[in-house]
Amino acid sequence: MEKKMEFIRQHRLFTFYTVLVLLIVLVALFAPYLTPQDPMEGNMKNVLQTPSSEHLLGTDKLGRDTLSRIIAGTQVSLFMTICLVVLLAVVGLLVGIASGYFGGKVEMVLMRFADMMLAFPGVVLAIAIAGILGGSVVNTILALLVVGWAKYARLVRSLVIKLRHNDFILAAQVNGTRTRDILWRHVLPNILPMVVITGAMDIGTMMMEIAGLSFLGFGAQPPTPEWGLMLNEGRQYIQTAPWLMIYPGLAIFIVVAIFNLWGDSLRDVLDPRQE
Amino acid sequence: MKRFGNRLLQMLVTLIGVSFLTFCLTYIAPGDPAMMVLEAGDTIVSEEMIEKTRHEMGLDKPFLVQYVNWVGGAIHGDMGISYSAKKPVTEKLAEGFAGTLLLAGVTIAFVLLISLPLGIWSAVRQNEWPDYLVRFCSFIGVSMPNFWLGLILLYVFGLKLGLFPIASSTVTAKGVVLPALTLAIYQSTKYVRQVRTVVLDELHQDYVVGARARGLSEQAILWKHVLPNAVLPLITLLGMSIGWLLGGVAVIEIVFSWPGIGNTAVRAIMMRDYPLIEGFVLWIAIVYMFINFLVDLSYAYLDPKLRKGEAG
Repeated sequence: MEKKMEFIRQHRLFTFYTVLVLLIVLVALFAPYLTPQDPMEGNMKNVLQTPSSEHLLGTDKLGRDTLSRIIAGTQVSLFMTICLVVLLAVVGLLVGIASGYFGGKVEMVLMRFADMMLAFPGVVLAIAIAGILGGSVVNTILALLVVGWAKYARLVRSLVIKLRHNDFILAAQVNGTRTRDILWRHVLPNILPMVVITGAMDIGTMMMEIAGLSFLGFGAQPPTPEWGLMLNEGRQYIQTAPWLMIYPGLAIFIVVAIFNLWGDSLRDVLDPRQE
Repeated sequence: MKRFGNRLLQMLVTLIGVSFLTFCLTYIAPGDPAMMVLEAGDTIVSEEMIEKTRHEMGLDKPFLVQYVNWVGGAIHGDMGISYSAKKPVTEKLAEGFAGTLLLAGVTIAFVLLISLPLGIWSAVRQNEWPDYLVRFCSFIGVSMPNFWLGLILLYVFGLKLGLFPIASSTVTAKGVVLPALTLAIYQSTKYVRQVRTVVLDELHQDYVVGARARGLSEQAILWKHVLPNAVLPLITLLGMSIGWLLGGVAVIEIVFSWPGIGNTAVRAIMMRDYPLIEGFVLWIAIVYMFINFLVDLSYAYLDPKLRKGEAG
Protein backbone atom coordinates (compact mmCIF):
# COMPACT_ATOMS: atom_id res chain seq x y z
CA MET A 1 0.00 0.00 0.00
CA GLU A 2 2.80 2.37 1.01
CA LYS A 3 4.58 1.59 -2.23
CA LYS A 4 1.46 2.17 -4.27
CA MET A 5 0.91 5.57 -2.71
CA GLU A 6 4.52 6.44 -3.44
CA PHE A 7 4.08 5.44 -7.09
CA ILE A 8 0.95 7.56 -7.40
CA ARG A 9 2.70 10.53 -5.84
CA GLN A 10 5.61 10.21 -8.24
CA HIS A 11 3.47 9.75 -11.32
CA ARG A 12 0.48 11.99 -10.68
CA LEU A 13 -0.26 12.60 -14.38
CA PHE A 14 0.02 8.95 -15.30
CA THR A 15 -2.32 8.02 -12.46
CA PHE A 16 -4.82 10.65 -13.56
CA TYR A 17 -4.81 9.48 -17.19
CA THR A 18 -5.02 5.85 -16.10
CA VAL A 19 -8.16 6.67 -14.13
CA LEU A 20 -9.64 8.31 -17.24
CA VAL A 21 -8.72 5.28 -19.35
CA LEU A 22 -10.30 2.98 -16.78
CA LEU A 23 -13.46 5.10 -16.88
CA ILE A 24 -13.65 4.59 -20.67
CA VAL A 25 -13.09 0.86 -20.22
CA LEU A 26 -15.85 0.75 -17.59
CA VAL A 27 -18.23 2.59 -19.92
CA ALA A 28 -17.38 0.07 -22.64
CA LEU A 29 -17.87 -2.93 -20.35
CA PHE A 30 -21.13 -1.76 -18.83
CA ALA A 31 -22.46 -0.02 -21.94
CA PRO A 32 -25.69 -2.07 -22.03
CA TYR A 33 -26.55 -0.88 -18.51
CA LEU A 34 -25.58 2.75 -19.08
CA THR A 35 -27.56 3.56 -22.20
CA PRO A 36 -30.66 5.62 -21.37
CA GLN A 37 -32.52 4.01 -24.29
CA ASP A 38 -32.09 0.96 -26.46
CA PRO A 39 -29.37 1.90 -29.01
CA MET A 40 -30.77 -0.46 -31.65
CA GLU A 41 -34.47 0.19 -31.17
CA GLY A 42 -35.82 2.80 -33.59
CA ASN A 43 -39.02 4.72 -33.24
CA MET A 44 -40.41 6.22 -36.42
CA LYS A 45 -42.28 8.85 -34.40
CA ASN A 46 -38.98 10.27 -33.13
CA VAL A 47 -37.01 10.59 -36.37
CA LEU A 48 -34.23 13.24 -36.43
CA GLN A 49 -35.26 14.91 -33.16
CA THR A 50 -33.14 17.85 -32.02
CA PRO A 51 -31.35 17.38 -28.70
CA SER A 52 -33.83 17.72 -25.85
CA SER A 53 -34.25 16.59 -22.24
CA GLU A 54 -35.65 13.30 -23.49
CA HIS A 55 -32.93 12.71 -26.08
CA LEU A 56 -29.91 14.63 -24.80
CA LEU A 57 -28.00 14.34 -28.10
CA GLY A 58 -30.99 14.01 -30.41
CA THR A 59 -32.07 11.06 -32.54
CA ASP A 60 -31.02 9.68 -35.93
CA LYS A 61 -32.88 8.87 -39.14
CA LEU A 62 -34.48 5.80 -37.57
CA GLY A 63 -35.39 7.59 -34.37
CA ARG A 64 -32.65 5.93 -32.34
CA ASP A 65 -31.18 7.83 -29.39
CA THR A 66 -27.75 9.25 -30.34
CA LEU A 67 -26.38 9.30 -26.79
CA SER A 68 -27.26 5.63 -26.32
CA ARG A 69 -25.62 4.75 -29.61
CA ILE A 70 -22.47 6.66 -28.68
CA ILE A 71 -22.27 4.85 -25.34
CA ALA A 72 -22.84 1.49 -27.03
CA GLY A 73 -20.26 2.54 -29.63
CA THR A 74 -17.60 2.80 -26.93
CA GLN A 75 -17.81 -0.97 -26.58
CA VAL A 76 -17.52 -1.61 -30.33
CA SER A 77 -14.71 0.87 -30.95
CA LEU A 78 -12.68 -0.09 -27.91
CA PHE A 79 -13.10 -3.80 -28.54
CA MET A 80 -11.97 -3.49 -32.16
CA THR A 81 -9.02 -1.28 -31.26
CA ILE A 82 -7.79 -3.49 -28.42
CA CYS A 83 -8.09 -6.60 -30.60
CA LEU A 84 -6.14 -4.90 -33.35
CA VAL A 85 -3.35 -3.59 -31.12
CA VAL A 86 -2.96 -6.91 -29.31
CA LEU A 87 -2.82 -8.80 -32.62
CA LEU A 88 -0.29 -6.31 -34.00
CA ALA A 89 1.90 -6.83 -30.95
CA VAL A 90 1.60 -10.64 -31.08
CA VAL A 91 2.37 -10.87 -34.80
CA GLY A 92 5.16 -8.35 -34.36
CA LEU A 93 6.63 -10.39 -31.51
CA LEU A 94 6.45 -13.69 -33.39
CA VAL A 95 7.93 -12.34 -36.62
CA GLY A 96 10.44 -10.10 -34.86
CA ILE A 97 11.75 -12.81 -32.54
CA ALA A 98 11.86 -15.39 -35.34
CA SER A 99 13.92 -13.11 -37.55
CA GLY A 100 15.97 -11.43 -34.85
CA TYR A 101 16.94 -14.47 -32.82
CA PHE A 102 17.32 -17.11 -35.50
CA GLY A 103 18.46 -14.94 -38.40
CA GLY A 104 19.40 -16.53 -41.68
CA LYS A 105 16.98 -17.13 -44.52
CA VAL A 106 13.91 -16.76 -42.30
CA GLU A 107 15.04 -13.29 -41.35
CA MET A 108 15.75 -12.30 -44.94
CA VAL A 109 12.36 -13.35 -46.25
CA LEU A 110 10.38 -11.90 -43.33
CA MET A 111 12.21 -8.59 -43.40
CA ARG A 112 11.79 -8.25 -47.15
CA PHE A 113 8.07 -8.62 -46.55
CA ALA A 114 8.20 -6.03 -43.79
CA ASP A 115 10.12 -3.57 -45.96
CA MET A 116 7.58 -4.06 -48.69
CA MET A 117 4.74 -3.12 -46.36
CA LEU A 118 6.64 -0.15 -44.96
CA ALA A 119 7.50 1.20 -48.42
CA PHE A 120 3.84 1.57 -49.29
CA PRO A 121 1.16 3.92 -47.94
CA GLY A 122 -0.71 1.61 -45.59
CA VAL A 123 -4.05 3.38 -45.62
CA VAL A 124 -4.49 2.76 -49.35
CA LEU A 125 -3.88 -0.95 -48.99
CA ALA A 126 -6.07 -1.17 -45.89
CA ILE A 127 -8.95 0.44 -47.78
CA ALA A 128 -8.42 -1.93 -50.71
CA ILE A 129 -8.24 -5.03 -48.49
CA ALA A 130 -11.22 -4.15 -46.31
CA GLY A 131 -13.21 -3.06 -49.36
CA ILE A 132 -12.52 -6.12 -51.45
CA LEU A 133 -13.09 -8.59 -48.63
CA GLY A 134 -16.29 -6.78 -47.77
CA GLY A 135 -16.89 -4.46 -44.86
CA SER A 136 -17.15 -6.14 -41.47
CA VAL A 137 -15.61 -5.83 -38.03
CA VAL A 138 -13.29 -8.79 -38.63
CA ASN A 139 -12.16 -7.67 -42.08
CA THR A 140 -11.38 -4.17 -40.81
CA ILE A 141 -9.10 -5.57 -38.13
CA LEU A 142 -7.55 -7.95 -40.64
CA ALA A 143 -6.87 -5.16 -43.15
CA LEU A 144 -5.21 -2.93 -40.57
CA LEU A 145 -3.24 -5.91 -39.24
CA VAL A 146 -1.89 -6.70 -42.71
CA VAL A 147 -0.64 -3.15 -43.22
CA GLY A 148 0.49 -2.54 -39.63
CA TRP A 149 2.46 -5.58 -38.44
CA ALA A 150 5.71 -4.61 -40.18
CA LYS A 151 6.44 -1.69 -37.87
CA TYR A 152 6.17 -3.94 -34.80
CA ALA A 153 8.19 -6.73 -36.40
CA ARG A 154 11.01 -4.29 -37.21
CA LEU A 155 10.99 -2.90 -33.69
CA VAL A 156 11.05 -6.33 -32.02
CA ARG A 157 13.76 -7.59 -34.35
CA SER A 158 16.05 -4.67 -33.59
CA LEU A 159 15.47 -5.13 -29.84
CA VAL A 160 16.17 -8.87 -30.05
CA ILE A 161 19.35 -8.36 -32.06
CA LYS A 162 20.63 -5.92 -29.45
CA LEU A 163 19.75 -8.37 -26.70
CA ARG A 164 21.09 -11.52 -28.34
CA HIS A 165 24.72 -10.64 -27.76
CA ASN A 166 24.28 -9.89 -24.07
CA ASP A 167 26.25 -12.04 -21.63
CA PHE A 168 23.21 -13.42 -19.84
CA ILE A 169 21.81 -14.80 -23.09
CA LEU A 170 25.19 -16.28 -24.04
CA ALA A 171 25.47 -17.79 -20.57
CA ALA A 172 22.05 -19.36 -20.90
CA GLN A 173 23.00 -20.77 -24.28
CA VAL A 174 26.26 -22.20 -22.96
CA ASN A 175 24.37 -23.71 -20.03
CA GLY A 176 22.32 -25.64 -22.49
CA THR A 177 19.06 -23.91 -21.64
CA ARG A 178 16.39 -24.85 -24.12
CA THR A 179 15.78 -22.20 -26.77
CA ARG A 180 12.12 -22.08 -25.81
CA ASP A 181 13.07 -21.18 -22.24
CA ILE A 182 15.60 -18.58 -23.30
CA LEU A 183 13.02 -16.88 -25.47
CA TRP A 184 10.30 -17.14 -22.86
CA ARG A 185 12.31 -16.23 -19.73
CA HIS A 186 15.07 -13.95 -20.99
CA VAL A 187 14.18 -12.44 -24.33
CA LEU A 188 10.45 -11.79 -23.98
CA PRO A 189 10.50 -10.03 -20.59
CA ASN A 190 13.21 -7.70 -21.82
CA ILE A 191 11.49 -6.58 -25.00
CA LEU A 192 7.92 -6.58 -23.74
CA PRO A 193 8.00 -3.08 -22.18
CA MET A 194 8.97 -1.39 -25.47
CA VAL A 195 6.28 -3.32 -27.32
CA VAL A 196 3.69 -2.37 -24.71
CA ILE A 197 4.70 1.29 -24.95
CA THR A 198 4.47 1.25 -28.74
CA GLY A 199 1.12 -0.50 -28.59
CA ALA A 200 -0.27 1.90 -26.00
CA MET A 201 0.83 4.91 -28.03
CA ASP A 202 -0.78 3.42 -31.13
CA ILE A 203 -4.23 2.92 -29.61
CA GLY A 204 -5.40 6.41 -30.53
CA THR A 205 -4.14 6.21 -34.10
CA MET A 206 -5.62 2.77 -34.64
CA MET A 207 -8.95 3.89 -33.26
CA MET A 208 -9.02 6.71 -35.78
CA GLU A 209 -8.07 4.40 -38.65
CA ILE A 210 -10.81 1.95 -37.71
CA ALA A 211 -13.30 4.82 -37.55
CA GLY A 212 -12.00 6.07 -40.92
CA LEU A 213 -12.59 2.72 -42.60
CA SER A 214 -16.07 2.52 -41.12
CA PHE A 215 -16.73 6.08 -42.24
CA LEU A 216 -15.98 5.02 -45.82
CA GLY A 217 -18.37 2.10 -45.43
CA PHE A 218 -15.60 -0.53 -45.36
CA GLY A 219 -15.75 -1.25 -41.64
CA ALA A 220 -18.57 -2.08 -39.26
CA GLN A 221 -21.91 -2.37 -41.03
CA PRO A 222 -25.32 -0.99 -40.05
CA PRO A 223 -26.98 -1.25 -37.62
CA THR A 224 -23.82 -1.62 -35.48
CA PRO A 225 -23.39 1.46 -33.28
CA GLU A 226 -19.83 2.25 -34.40
CA TRP A 227 -18.62 5.87 -34.26
CA GLY A 228 -17.14 6.05 -37.76
CA LEU A 229 -20.26 4.49 -39.23
CA MET A 230 -22.44 6.91 -37.25
CA LEU A 231 -20.49 9.80 -38.77
CA ASN A 232 -21.03 8.30 -42.20
CA GLU A 233 -24.77 8.09 -41.60
CA GLY A 234 -24.87 11.52 -40.00
CA ARG A 235 -23.02 13.10 -42.91
CA GLN A 236 -26.12 12.84 -45.11
CA TYR A 237 -28.07 14.92 -42.59
CA ILE A 238 -25.39 17.56 -42.04
CA GLN A 239 -27.83 20.30 -42.99
CA THR A 240 -30.89 19.23 -41.05
CA ALA A 241 -29.40 17.27 -38.14
CA PRO A 242 -25.82 18.42 -37.47
CA TRP A 243 -25.78 16.73 -34.04
CA LEU A 244 -25.53 13.40 -35.82
CA MET A 245 -22.06 14.28 -37.09
CA ILE A 246 -20.90 16.45 -34.19
CA TYR A 247 -21.28 14.09 -31.22
CA PRO A 248 -19.91 10.78 -32.55
CA GLY A 249 -16.85 12.71 -33.79
CA LEU A 250 -16.52 14.36 -30.40
CA ALA A 251 -16.60 10.92 -28.79
CA ILE A 252 -13.77 9.70 -31.03
CA PHE A 253 -11.79 12.86 -30.34
CA ILE A 254 -12.13 12.67 -26.54
CA VAL A 255 -11.31 8.97 -26.31
CA VAL A 256 -8.37 9.25 -28.73
CA ALA A 257 -7.03 12.27 -26.84
CA ILE A 258 -7.20 10.43 -23.51
CA PHE A 259 -5.47 7.37 -24.92
CA ASN A 260 -2.77 9.54 -26.52
CA LEU A 261 -2.09 11.30 -23.22
CA TRP A 262 -2.08 7.98 -21.39
CA GLY A 263 0.28 6.41 -23.96
CA ASP A 264 2.73 9.31 -23.65
CA SER A 265 2.72 9.19 -19.86
CA LEU A 266 3.06 5.40 -19.87
CA ARG A 267 6.20 5.79 -21.94
CA ASP A 268 7.58 8.28 -19.45
CA VAL A 269 6.92 5.84 -16.60
CA LEU A 270 8.22 2.66 -18.24
CA ASP A 271 11.07 4.17 -20.21
CA PRO A 272 12.55 7.04 -18.21
CA ARG A 273 15.60 7.24 -20.46
CA GLN A 274 13.67 9.29 -22.99
CA GLU A 275 13.80 13.06 -22.35
CA MET B 1 25.61 4.75 -56.82
CA LYS B 2 25.45 1.23 -55.43
CA ARG B 3 23.08 2.46 -52.77
CA PHE B 4 20.68 3.73 -55.40
CA GLY B 5 20.98 0.51 -57.36
CA ASN B 6 19.84 -1.38 -54.28
CA ARG B 7 17.03 1.06 -53.77
CA LEU B 8 15.76 0.52 -57.29
CA LEU B 9 15.85 -3.24 -56.80
CA GLN B 10 13.98 -2.91 -53.53
CA MET B 11 11.39 -0.71 -55.24
CA LEU B 12 10.88 -3.28 -57.96
CA VAL B 13 10.38 -6.04 -55.39
CA THR B 14 7.83 -3.88 -53.57
CA LEU B 15 5.94 -3.11 -56.77
CA ILE B 16 5.70 -6.78 -57.68
CA GLY B 17 4.77 -7.77 -54.13
CA VAL B 18 2.07 -5.16 -53.68
CA SER B 19 0.53 -5.75 -57.09
CA PHE B 20 0.58 -9.50 -56.51
CA LEU B 21 -1.13 -9.08 -53.15
CA THR B 22 -3.88 -6.93 -54.69
CA PHE B 23 -4.27 -9.37 -57.54
CA CYS B 24 -4.64 -12.25 -55.10
CA LEU B 25 -7.28 -10.32 -53.18
CA THR B 26 -9.38 -9.62 -56.22
CA TYR B 27 -9.03 -13.25 -57.21
CA ILE B 28 -10.28 -14.65 -53.92
CA ALA B 29 -12.88 -11.92 -53.40
CA PRO B 30 -16.52 -12.92 -53.70
CA GLY B 31 -18.28 -12.18 -56.99
CA ASP B 32 -17.57 -13.09 -60.60
CA PRO B 33 -16.12 -10.19 -62.65
CA ALA B 34 -17.65 -11.53 -65.87
CA MET B 35 -21.05 -11.45 -64.21
CA MET B 36 -20.48 -7.87 -63.08
CA VAL B 37 -19.45 -6.69 -66.53
CA LEU B 38 -22.55 -8.25 -68.02
CA GLU B 39 -24.82 -6.81 -65.36
CA ALA B 40 -23.31 -3.36 -65.85
CA GLY B 41 -23.96 -3.70 -69.59
CA ASP B 42 -27.68 -4.28 -69.12
CA THR B 43 -27.65 -7.48 -71.14
CA ILE B 44 -29.66 -10.55 -70.31
CA VAL B 45 -27.26 -12.81 -68.47
CA SER B 46 -27.18 -16.39 -69.65
CA GLU B 47 -24.82 -19.20 -68.73
CA GLU B 48 -23.46 -19.12 -72.27
CA MET B 49 -22.82 -15.38 -72.20
CA ILE B 50 -20.95 -15.67 -68.90
CA GLU B 51 -18.70 -18.39 -70.31
CA LYS B 52 -18.02 -16.31 -73.40
CA THR B 53 -17.23 -13.17 -71.41
CA ARG B 54 -15.02 -15.12 -69.04
CA HIS B 55 -13.07 -16.36 -72.04
CA GLU B 56 -12.81 -12.87 -73.58
CA MET B 57 -11.55 -11.43 -70.31
CA GLY B 58 -9.05 -14.23 -69.85
CA LEU B 59 -10.70 -15.31 -66.61
CA ASP B 60 -10.68 -18.98 -67.60
CA LYS B 61 -6.89 -19.04 -67.56
CA PRO B 62 -4.92 -20.16 -64.47
CA PHE B 63 -4.30 -17.53 -61.82
CA LEU B 64 -0.58 -17.04 -62.46
CA VAL B 65 -1.10 -16.68 -66.21
CA GLN B 66 -3.68 -14.00 -65.51
CA TYR B 67 -1.26 -12.16 -63.25
CA VAL B 68 1.64 -12.34 -65.72
CA ASN B 69 -0.63 -11.12 -68.53
CA TRP B 70 -1.75 -8.23 -66.36
CA VAL B 71 1.83 -7.25 -65.43
CA GLY B 72 2.80 -7.49 -69.09
CA GLY B 73 0.00 -5.12 -69.99
CA ALA B 74 0.81 -2.73 -67.14
CA ILE B 75 4.42 -2.41 -68.30
CA HIS B 76 3.12 -1.22 -71.64
CA GLY B 77 0.76 1.21 -69.96
CA ASP B 78 -2.31 -0.96 -70.42
CA MET B 79 -4.04 -1.70 -67.14
CA GLY B 80 -7.20 -3.07 -68.66
CA ILE B 81 -10.70 -1.66 -68.95
CA SER B 82 -12.64 -0.40 -65.96
CA TYR B 83 -15.80 -2.50 -65.47
CA SER B 84 -17.94 0.35 -64.25
CA ALA B 85 -16.82 3.19 -66.51
CA LYS B 86 -16.11 1.12 -69.63
CA LYS B 87 -13.01 3.22 -70.10
CA PRO B 88 -9.32 2.30 -69.94
CA VAL B 89 -8.12 2.22 -66.32
CA THR B 90 -5.22 4.55 -67.14
CA GLU B 91 -7.68 7.18 -68.39
CA LYS B 92 -9.78 6.96 -65.21
CA LEU B 93 -6.65 7.23 -63.06
CA ALA B 94 -5.35 10.21 -65.01
CA GLU B 95 -8.69 12.02 -64.56
CA GLY B 96 -8.62 11.53 -60.82
CA PHE B 97 -4.95 12.32 -60.51
CA ALA B 98 -5.37 15.88 -61.79
CA GLY B 99 -7.67 16.68 -58.89
CA THR B 100 -5.45 14.94 -56.36
CA LEU B 101 -2.37 16.78 -57.61
CA LEU B 102 -4.02 20.17 -57.17
CA LEU B 103 -5.27 19.20 -53.71
CA ALA B 104 -1.81 17.97 -52.68
CA GLY B 105 -0.11 21.13 -53.94
CA VAL B 106 -2.45 23.53 -52.14
CA THR B 107 -2.26 21.40 -48.98
CA ILE B 108 1.55 21.52 -48.92
CA ALA B 109 1.42 25.30 -49.36
CA PHE B 110 -1.02 25.59 -46.43
CA VAL B 111 1.08 23.24 -44.31
CA LEU B 112 4.17 25.38 -44.78
CA LEU B 113 2.22 28.59 -44.15
CA ILE B 114 0.81 27.22 -40.91
CA SER B 115 3.62 25.17 -39.47
CA LEU B 116 6.76 27.18 -40.25
CA PRO B 117 5.76 30.41 -38.45
CA LEU B 118 4.10 28.56 -35.56
CA GLY B 119 6.98 26.11 -35.17
CA ILE B 120 9.59 28.87 -35.19
CA TRP B 121 7.54 31.02 -32.80
CA SER B 122 7.15 28.09 -30.47
CA ALA B 123 10.89 27.36 -30.49
CA VAL B 124 12.04 30.96 -30.08
CA ARG B 125 9.67 31.46 -27.12
CA GLN B 126 10.35 28.06 -25.63
CA ASN B 127 8.48 27.38 -22.37
CA GLU B 128 6.57 30.63 -22.60
CA TRP B 129 2.90 31.05 -23.45
CA PRO B 130 3.30 30.91 -27.26
CA ASP B 131 5.10 27.59 -26.94
CA TYR B 132 2.42 26.15 -24.65
CA LEU B 133 -0.37 27.42 -26.90
CA VAL B 134 1.17 25.96 -30.05
CA ARG B 135 1.88 22.64 -28.36
CA PHE B 136 -1.64 22.46 -26.99
CA CYS B 137 -3.15 23.13 -30.43
CA SER B 138 -0.84 20.55 -31.96
CA PHE B 139 -2.00 17.96 -29.44
CA ILE B 140 -5.66 18.75 -30.16
CA GLY B 141 -4.99 18.36 -33.87
CA VAL B 142 -3.26 15.00 -33.48
CA SER B 143 -6.20 13.52 -31.60
CA MET B 144 -8.87 14.84 -33.94
CA PRO B 145 -10.07 12.49 -36.69
CA ASN B 146 -9.44 14.45 -39.89
CA PHE B 147 -12.69 13.46 -41.54
CA TRP B 148 -14.56 14.85 -38.57
CA LEU B 149 -12.58 18.09 -38.79
CA GLY B 150 -13.53 18.15 -42.47
CA LEU B 151 -17.21 17.74 -41.68
CA ILE B 152 -17.07 20.54 -39.12
CA LEU B 153 -15.30 22.92 -41.51
CA LEU B 154 -17.84 21.97 -44.15
CA TYR B 155 -20.67 22.69 -41.75
CA VAL B 156 -19.31 26.03 -40.54
CA PHE B 157 -17.77 27.52 -43.68
CA GLY B 158 -19.85 25.78 -46.29
CA LEU B 159 -23.32 25.58 -44.79
CA LYS B 160 -23.55 28.25 -42.11
CA LEU B 161 -21.36 30.97 -43.62
CA GLY B 162 -21.78 29.93 -47.25
CA LEU B 163 -18.20 30.92 -48.09
CA PHE B 164 -17.27 27.74 -49.93
CA PRO B 165 -19.14 25.16 -51.99
CA ILE B 166 -20.23 22.13 -49.95
CA ALA B 167 -19.49 19.71 -52.77
CA SER B 168 -17.35 20.15 -55.85
CA SER B 169 -17.82 17.51 -58.49
CA THR B 170 -15.42 19.37 -60.76
CA VAL B 171 -12.01 20.84 -59.99
CA THR B 172 -12.48 24.45 -58.89
CA ALA B 173 -10.24 26.95 -57.13
CA LYS B 174 -12.86 27.63 -54.45
CA GLY B 175 -13.64 23.99 -53.92
CA VAL B 176 -10.05 23.06 -53.11
CA VAL B 177 -9.76 25.41 -50.12
CA LEU B 178 -11.67 23.45 -47.47
CA PRO B 179 -10.31 19.96 -48.24
CA ALA B 180 -6.79 21.38 -48.46
CA LEU B 181 -7.25 23.24 -45.17
CA THR B 182 -8.53 20.09 -43.45
CA LEU B 183 -5.57 18.07 -44.62
CA ALA B 184 -3.16 20.91 -43.83
CA ILE B 185 -4.38 21.31 -40.25
CA TYR B 186 -3.97 17.58 -39.68
CA GLN B 187 -0.50 17.50 -41.24
CA SER B 188 0.63 20.70 -39.55
CA THR B 189 0.27 19.17 -36.11
CA LYS B 190 3.22 16.95 -36.97
CA TYR B 191 5.16 19.65 -38.78
CA VAL B 192 4.88 22.22 -36.01
CA ARG B 193 6.51 19.78 -33.58
CA GLN B 194 9.20 18.90 -36.09
CA VAL B 195 9.97 22.53 -36.94
CA ARG B 196 10.08 23.37 -33.24
CA THR B 197 12.48 20.49 -32.45
CA VAL B 198 14.76 21.28 -35.38
CA VAL B 199 14.93 25.00 -34.65
CA LEU B 200 15.52 24.32 -30.94
CA ASP B 201 18.36 21.96 -31.83
CA GLU B 202 19.97 24.59 -33.99
CA LEU B 203 19.49 27.35 -31.43
CA HIS B 204 21.56 25.36 -28.93
CA GLN B 205 24.49 24.89 -31.30
CA ASP B 206 27.83 26.51 -30.56
CA TYR B 207 27.76 28.66 -33.67
CA VAL B 208 24.67 30.43 -32.38
CA VAL B 209 26.44 31.24 -29.13
CA GLY B 210 29.35 32.49 -31.21
CA ALA B 211 27.13 34.65 -33.36
CA ARG B 212 25.49 36.12 -30.27
CA ALA B 213 28.92 36.85 -28.82
CA ARG B 214 29.84 38.67 -31.98
CA GLY B 215 26.83 40.90 -31.38
CA LEU B 216 24.60 39.68 -34.20
CA SER B 217 20.94 40.47 -33.67
CA GLU B 218 18.62 37.61 -32.78
CA GLN B 219 16.72 38.25 -36.02
CA ALA B 220 19.85 37.90 -38.14
CA ILE B 221 20.88 34.71 -36.35
CA LEU B 222 17.46 33.20 -36.88
CA TRP B 223 17.03 34.09 -40.54
CA LYS B 224 20.58 33.76 -41.81
CA HIS B 225 21.93 30.88 -39.78
CA VAL B 226 19.33 28.82 -37.99
CA LEU B 227 16.59 28.51 -40.60
CA PRO B 228 18.75 27.45 -43.56
CA ASN B 229 20.13 24.64 -41.41
CA ALA B 230 16.68 23.61 -40.29
CA VAL B 231 15.42 23.00 -43.82
CA LEU B 232 17.13 19.67 -44.40
CA PRO B 233 15.29 17.53 -41.84
CA LEU B 234 12.00 18.93 -43.06
CA ILE B 235 12.51 17.65 -46.58
CA THR B 236 12.13 14.00 -45.60
CA LEU B 237 8.93 14.82 -43.79
CA LEU B 238 7.66 16.77 -46.78
CA GLY B 239 8.42 13.88 -49.08
CA MET B 240 6.46 11.49 -46.89
CA SER B 241 3.55 13.92 -46.81
CA ILE B 242 3.46 14.26 -50.57
CA GLY B 243 3.37 10.50 -50.95
CA TRP B 244 0.61 10.31 -48.37
CA LEU B 245 -1.35 13.11 -50.01
CA LEU B 246 -1.16 11.51 -53.42
CA GLY B 247 -2.40 8.19 -52.14
CA GLY B 248 -4.08 8.17 -48.80
CA VAL B 249 -6.55 11.02 -48.68
CA ALA B 250 -9.58 9.09 -49.91
CA VAL B 251 -11.52 9.93 -46.75
CA ILE B 252 -11.20 13.69 -47.20
CA GLU B 253 -11.93 13.51 -50.91
CA ILE B 254 -15.12 11.66 -50.06
CA VAL B 255 -16.12 14.17 -47.37
CA PHE B 256 -15.84 17.07 -49.80
CA SER B 257 -16.89 15.09 -52.90
CA TRP B 258 -13.58 16.18 -54.41
CA PRO B 259 -12.94 14.48 -57.77
CA GLY B 260 -9.57 13.00 -56.89
CA ILE B 261 -7.95 9.62 -57.26
CA GLY B 262 -8.95 8.53 -53.73
CA ASN B 263 -12.56 9.20 -54.57
CA THR B 264 -12.18 7.17 -57.77
CA ALA B 265 -10.64 4.33 -55.77
CA VAL B 266 -13.35 4.21 -53.11
CA ARG B 267 -16.06 4.11 -55.78
CA ALA B 268 -14.12 1.42 -57.63
CA ILE B 269 -13.98 -0.66 -54.46
CA MET B 270 -17.69 -0.18 -53.78
CA MET B 271 -18.51 -1.32 -57.32
CA ARG B 272 -15.94 -4.13 -57.22
CA ASP B 273 -14.26 -2.68 -60.28
CA TYR B 274 -11.19 -4.92 -59.94
CA PRO B 275 -9.06 -3.65 -62.85
CA LEU B 276 -9.45 -0.11 -61.55
CA ILE B 277 -8.55 -1.16 -57.98
CA GLU B 278 -5.47 -3.03 -59.17
CA GLY B 279 -4.44 -0.10 -61.35
CA PHE B 280 -4.94 2.31 -58.48
CA VAL B 281 -2.83 0.36 -56.01
CA LEU B 282 -0.02 -0.09 -58.52
CA TRP B 283 -0.14 3.56 -59.50
CA ILE B 284 0.02 4.75 -55.89
CA ALA B 285 2.93 2.40 -55.21
CA ILE B 286 4.84 3.85 -58.15
CA VAL B 287 4.15 7.47 -57.19
CA TYR B 288 4.94 6.90 -53.53
CA MET B 289 8.24 5.21 -54.20
CA PHE B 290 9.25 7.64 -56.89
CA ILE B 291 8.77 10.51 -54.46
CA ASN B 292 10.72 8.76 -51.72
CA PHE B 293 13.48 8.23 -54.22
CA LEU B 294 13.48 11.94 -55.12
CA VAL B 295 13.62 12.81 -51.42
CA ASP B 296 16.68 10.62 -51.01
CA LEU B 297 18.34 12.24 -53.99
CA SER B 298 17.58 15.76 -52.77
CA TYR B 299 18.88 14.81 -49.35
CA ALA B 300 22.14 13.64 -50.84
CA TYR B 301 22.36 16.85 -52.82
CA LEU B 302 21.45 19.28 -50.06
CA ASP B 303 23.55 17.73 -47.31
CA PRO B 304 27.11 18.93 -47.87
CA LYS B 305 28.49 15.98 -45.87
CA LEU B 306 26.92 13.45 -48.21
CA ARG B 307 27.77 15.48 -51.30
CA LYS B 308 31.43 15.64 -50.37
CA GLY B 309 31.41 11.97 -49.53
CA GLU B 310 30.33 11.15 -53.05
CA ALA B 311 32.86 13.50 -54.68
CA GLY B 312 35.76 12.13 -52.66
